[in-house]
Amino acid sequence: MTAIALNDVRKSFGRTEIIRGVTLNIPKGERHAIIGPNGAGKTTLFNLISGRFPISGGSITVNGQSTADLAPQEINRLGLSRSFQITSIFPRMSVFENIRCGLLWSQGYRYSFWHLLGRQKGLTEAAEALLEKLNLTARRNLLAGLLSYAEQRALEIGITIAGGADIILLDEPTAGMSHSETDYAVDLIRKVSEGKTLLMVEHDMGVVFGLADRVTVLVYGEVIASDAPAAIRGNAAVREAYLGTDQH
Amino acid sequence: MSFVRRNWLWLLAAIILLAVPFLFYDWTKGRHSGFALTLLSEIGVMAIFALSFNMLMGQAGLLSFGHAVLFGLGSYCTAHAINAVKAGTFWMPIELVPLVGGLGGLVFGYLLGWLATKQRATAFAMITMGLGELVSAAALMFMAFFGGEGGISIDRVMGTSLFGISYATPWQVYCLVLIWAFIAASLMKLQTETPLGRIANATRDNFERAQFVGYDPRIVRLLQFTLSGFFAGIAGGLYVMIYEIVTFDTLGAAKSANALLAAYIGGAGGFFGPILGTIVVVLLQSGVSLISSAWLLYVGVLFIVMVMFAPVGLIGLIGMHTPIRRIGRLGELVVPYLRAFPAALSVMLGFVLMVELASNITIGAAQGKKFAIAGTLIDTGSPVIWGIGLLGLIGGAFWLRIEARRFRLRWDALIEDAKRQGVVV
Repeated sequence: MTAIALNDVRKSFGRTEIIRGVTLNIPKGERHAIIGPNGAGKTTLFNLISGRFPISGGSITVNGQSTADLAPQEINRLGLSRSFQITSIFPRMSVFENIRCGLLWSQGYRYSFWHLLGRQKGLTEAAEALLEKLNLTARRNLLAGLLSYAEQRALEIGITIAGGADIILLDEPTAGMSHSETDYAVDLIRKVSEGKTLLMVEHDMGVVFGLADRVTVLVYGEVIASDAPAAIRGNAAVREAYLGTDQH
Repeated sequence: MSFVRRNWLWLLAAIILLAVPFLFYDWTKGRHSGFALTLLSEIGVMAIFALSFNMLMGQAGLLSFGHAVLFGLGSYCTAHAINAVKAGTFWMPIELVPLVGGLGGLVFGYLLGWLATKQRATAFAMITMGLGELVSAAALMFMAFFGGEGGISIDRVMGTSLFGISYATPWQVYCLVLIWAFIAASLMKLQTETPLGRIANATRDNFERAQFVGYDPRIVRLLQFTLSGFFAGIAGGLYVMIYEIVTFDTLGAAKSANALLAAYIGGAGGFFGPILGTIVVVLLQSGVSLISSAWLLYVGVLFIVMVMFAPVGLIGLIGMHTPIRRIGRLGELVVPYLRAFPAALSVMLGFVLMVELASNITIGAAQGKKFAIAGTLIDTGSPVIWGIGLLGLIGGAFWLRIEARRFRLRWDALIEDAKRQGVVV
């Protein structure tokens, strides 16, 4: 079964074609990393898959359904959830409420104004269990905007997975983290992506080769290789285009 | 008992609000002060209105410049309903009449909201401003519904009370306003604790993130706008009950601005902020306007001062003391406050004196008014009195600076201590 299928996807901003015909199939349950030099179009590709931008050409299916003309929230309801390169949380709400907001739709509350959240035991327990998993229980009642950077990144992963989506897109989840924070984040990602499809953009090669089952290399909007990590490491074209100049 | 413990603030407010009119009670004649009761009723109505405004601004981050449209349309709907009941078209208990205003606000909230909530942020504000002007202009064109410049008059003594109350006296109307204000305020408070209320916060903080957890921010905005219209309409319905007339200025920009002022001065961040703001704004409007023709200037200056120095509003200022209270050192602020008080008072009195002098030699002179303080006639042309005003203002400002610095040191030390004790992060 295919979780995400991209067929000759193209995207132009004005005259500039940023994504130049990407075809990629990501099977269910795979942990997949996209790497590539700056400006290769990795984040743009994420924005196309998640519906943040419309595509200029080609087609995308998520869990077998075309995402053409779907709004971000509709793609989310197909079972795809994402995080952002620049931390995107609800800063003026508590950590607990951030997670609870992530849970609301999937638990069927929709736009209800007749349920009192304080009385929804199942919901509260689910949010608390997730906080425990994220190691944020001690921060429960703090405003999310006051968390440390690494904690905010963890919280965003939490919001991303809260809705129970089976496809998770993480955009540079360890960017700007120290070594120990990165190790912690990798553990967390491995834990929360268990049994799910994971697609991530990542610059840290340690993280990529440690987590991914398959790696796709994107250069100037085109896929130049898509293979198992070991094969990517040995690929001459990849070395030339990317690893050779930017090895960590 | 636990009900009392959980809701003590509401109960205390209810007791105080029922007691306040008796401070103005004329015991020799054995009747209430009509002025005080109307003023208090006005506060009640405007508090509901300001809270409903804050459902948009504080909760959903939507700044509306046309919120009075929903208030006014609620008023007109109620007025027509009362007249229809009087004419025998249908029967309805008078106690439930404000609900007609609420339903009117709900329906118009949905219709106008459908247009306005297509956008957010600045574009939303501009659309609401346009809608406000549009409906105000329409009010003078559609005579049958709006009654033109004369508005629609009603007689609130309908004789359909469920409890046999006539509502002929301001006291009876005040009680009705109070009950509805409590119902509306508690429903709005509860609404903040529902999924919609929280997602409204989420779209305020980060609408894109809200989309990626499955919500359509447009629908969130529309529902929030519609519900807010319901409560604004209830306020409008009560307004008609108090004044027995509704005119097109209930729909206008000045009325919308009142809600905005109340929310900002009181603080949009906390639920109760707009209520505090309403009390201040209505007292300035109805109280100070009796003694000074420059009252609008004071409202404006207060607004600017609040936005500049205390954007969190009155409720936010009170809230800032919480960590110090928790470590039990609130008492140490009493002396710094007492020291700053005369300086602040001097600035304020100096400013008021200057403004009053200026307004007396311009508007006042034209109206043939004399300027008197405590019965003593003041010569507005005398340089001495201008000198006193200027000294109070400028000298007070320097004095206040010194005291404020002192206060700041004390405050920072206390907050530092609170941090050490882990009360704040």
